[in-house]
Amino acid sequence: MSQPDTNNSKAPVVNKRISDPQSVQVLLIGLTYLFFIGFIFLPLGLVFTQAFQKGWSFYLESIREPYAIEAVKLTLLTVAIVVPINAVFGVSAAWAITKFNFKGKTALKSLLDLPFAVSPVIAGLIFVLLVGSRTPFGSWLGEHGIKIIFSTPGIIIATIFVTFPFIARELIPLMEAQGRDEEEAALTLGARGWQIFGKITLPNIRWGLLYGMILCGARSIGEFGAVSVVSGHIRGQTNTIPLHVEILYSEYNFTASFAVASLLVFLALLTVVIKNGMEKHFHKNSLHL
Amino acid sequence: MALFQAKRRNILPGFGLSMGYTVFYLSAIVIVPLSMIFINTIPMGWEPFLNAVTAPRVLASYRLSFSTAFFAALFDGFAGLLTAWVLVRYRFPGKDFLDALVDLPFALPTAVAGICFATLYSPIGWLGQLLSHWNLQIINSPTGIVIALVFIGFPFVVRTIQPVLEEAEQEIEEAAHCLGATRWQTFRKILLPHLFPALLTGVTLAFARGIGEYGSVIFIAGNLPMKTEIAPLMIMSKLDQFDYAGASAVALVLLCISFSMLLLLNAVQEWQQKEYRS
Amino acid sequence: MGIELQNINKKFGEYKAIDNLSLSIPSGDLIALLGPSGCGKTTLLRIIAGLELADSGKIILENKDTTNLPPRKKNVGFVFQHYALFRRLNVFENVAFGLKVLPFKERPPRIEIRDRVEHLLKLVQMDWALNRYPSQLSGGQRQRVALARALAVNPRVLLLDEPFSALDAKVRQELRRWLRKLHDEIHVTSIFVTHDQEEALELADKIVVINKGRIEQEGTPQEVYDHPANAFVYNFLGNVNVFHGRIKNGKVSLGDHDLDAPDELKYIEEKPSQTFVRPHEIGISRIRSNENDLVGIIHEVRLQGGQIGLNIECEGLDNPIEAEVPRELFVNLQLAKGVQVFVTINRVRVFAGDYEI
Repeated sequence: MSQPDTNNSKAPVVNKRISDPQSVQVLLIGLTYLFFIGFIFLPLGLVFTQAFQKGWSFYLESIREPYAIEAVKLTLLTVAIVVPINAVFGVSAAWAITKFNFKGKTALKSLLDLPFAVSPVIAGLIFVLLVGSRTPFGSWLGEHGIKIIFSTPGIIIATIFVTFPFIARELIPLMEAQGRDEEEAALTLGARGWQIFGKITLPNIRWGLLYGMILCGARSIGEFGAVSVVSGHIRGQTNTIPLHVEILYSEYNFTASFAVASLLVFLALLTVVIKNGMEKHFHKNSLHL
Repeated sequence: MALFQAKRRNILPGFGLSMGYTVFYLSAIVIVPLSMIFINTIPMGWEPFLNAVTAPRVLASYRLSFSTAFFAALFDGFAGLLTAWVLVRYRFPGKDFLDALVDLPFALPTAVAGICFATLYSPIGWLGQLLSHWNLQIINSPTGIVIALVFIGFPFVVRTIQPVLEEAEQEIEEAAHCLGATRWQTFRKILLPHLFPALLTGVTLAFARGIGEYGSVIFIAGNLPMKTEIAPLMIMSKLDQFDYAGASAVALVLLCISFSMLLLLNAVQEWQQKEYRS
Repeated sequence: MGIELQNINKKFGEYKAIDNLSLSIPSGDLIALLGPSGCGKTTLLRIIAGLELADSGKIILENKDTTNLPPRKKNVGFVFQHYALFRRLNVFENVAFGLKVLPFKERPPRIEIRDRVEHLLKLVQMDWALNRYPSQLSGGQRQRVALARALAVNPRVLLLDEPFSALDAKVRQELRRWLRKLHDEIHVTSIFVTHDQEEALELADKIVVINKGRIEQEGTPQEVYDHPANAFVYNFLGNVNVFHGRIKNGKVSLGDHDLDAPDELKYIEEKPSQTFVRPHEIGISRIRSNENDLVGIIHEVRLQGGQIGLNIECEGLDNPIEAEVPRELFVNLQLAKGVQVFVTINRVRVFAGDYEI
């Protein structure tokens, strides 16, 4: 940044009263665009050019191939199980944390931040250590015909671990800002616990809940490290979409790999669009306090 | 359980149910599984533990993970501050579009990011070709890892600075301006100290995330022993050899470091808040 | 009795929010709990409603002991400071809520609920807004809906927590008068909490002044205003000049001047004193009428509606005196900044001992 001339008030009137000189603005905006081109636009463009390198029919073939379809099915199954389970947890944790005062609240809140500090590989590792076939508990389960690691339940559990805080972390600030007044009002009007929750709290948090579920879902679809540890990479059985992308790539089947990856990119873009749309919505008619 | 007892009898219903379920769930999903790392390391004994975590290949992987995560976080600090500033303060074509795309690294599966960067910088890739003119090789080098980690950590920095910058009172800047400070002085003396806690938080989060990152890195890193093997990959390869104890040992060190960094961050933030108050 | 509180105690940690407080309120009265912020008045209200649990004590509402009932069964109407309307329900559903959550056996039929809600909304003059959502209403309108909602369940008592504090001055005054009128129509025993003495004086049948979790005085607005029981109440109700001095030999010192001490303090041994004088109890003239008059210079003139506020620096006093004179007098005496005047103190109240506020 250069030392700007303070008297320069002819810079384009941004919605602020004082602003940087135009030259500085152009420079900074240009640098930002440069960063985005290198780190966001080029990779995005690359995915689609690679995916369609061999034409439409090859693209369709790649994503219609049986193993790809199995991977999509497994991923959807995982999402369908993980998101509701984490939603129930998120609502429950947010209710406990925001509606009551108790000792250990800070400790509980920091537990919710934990997965962000744990490497995905470690997230997978801990479940291998807990229920893998070489552990006492795992072999006991194995004797009873239950296989968790290298099978679907393992993928689901590891995904739950990686994504469990998303919904709670979305709900806690929202419910904290809304306070307890409405619930207390409902209480003085004679409502019971479930009535208060169903008629007052749930409608108040529905958008935040939906938003948290979308984030949780997006992360569940894309989780790679943790799932990679527990899945065992059995094609057609324990391969999620990201794992399938990896296998295709490591077999030098780049075009097919990028074709399948383009599905994930499309979902990611959709998530980003929804996230931004909802954030704008929240800002506009945020809390009616 | 006594830890989570309510301070006084609560009026709103559902404390027992919600608290009970939350604690049960966290124990089953987080606490018990995480404790497996300790349980698997303790029987090792001190010597084998030290041997496992100080093996040259492991040490090299720690060094690599830390240095690349550090440089990536540092770069993210600048890029994130720049982006947040431009998005909050200026108006320009494509602004909303860029603002939305900041979240892409959050939403994009890491494996996809990984193959993208590996392909971009491969000797026949768009950027790899360009850089080979200067004999620069990104793929299979620590620089490649840094690039992948910059991508992963970027949103952490932008999204922590942005709200603070939005709330920063324009009036303070105007007051400084009226007192004769130049824009640059105002930025350096007024705004930067104000933004610093958020910047620190964002950079630390990006750093912590970078240390543990796996999916986006392994494709571009090439995974050459002693050169481009990251710490999570060491855990992975020990697991592949069914060396559970060794994997736990490496994981334990990694975990301790990430946690203590976040704790340190918390402490710094609390200290700074106290400073503000007094 | 409408509301009877016996020996209520409440501590938050080490802090005594309510200190052995007892209070009886006759059925049908409108009572103001008046006190500075943090004095425990809102806590007391929440204890009556069951939203906060007392550590000890008894709460009897309309001759029914409700101490150990959960708030859901206390049957009180509670109006919150920030309305606490259900933001996702429209006005009709808000008011109907208390009836719709009743167990099936006690729940009135739909038509009856509709009639009752419409009747109540007419009573609070909000019947035009049935289908509006809270966010589409102004603060005053929201507060009326909140009131209708509280009344819908036929509460034993109505509790209002600083009901007007979030409204702007003009709406506040309007709503205040309207609430008084409404109360005269429906006669449900009501308590409202306020820190605004004007509001309490204008609205309440009886005022209960609270400080530090204890009752300082209770009585009609007239009693409390004219005969404050102690220095705290005097200070809290209305503007007042306070002079710190000493009582000695039947005299009270006021700066360098001495006044006769009131009878009950005549024979007291030397003690610190506080002397209170209301601004409108001070006479101003251009000629000395009494040898006890103070001599002062007008230091500041403020327009206060129909009255003129004067700030007078008097000889022998450490602090300037605040006085209020009618505008007419102000014009007749040709008062202005810098003019010398004689100040007669018509009425004083003296309290012995230092009172902490």
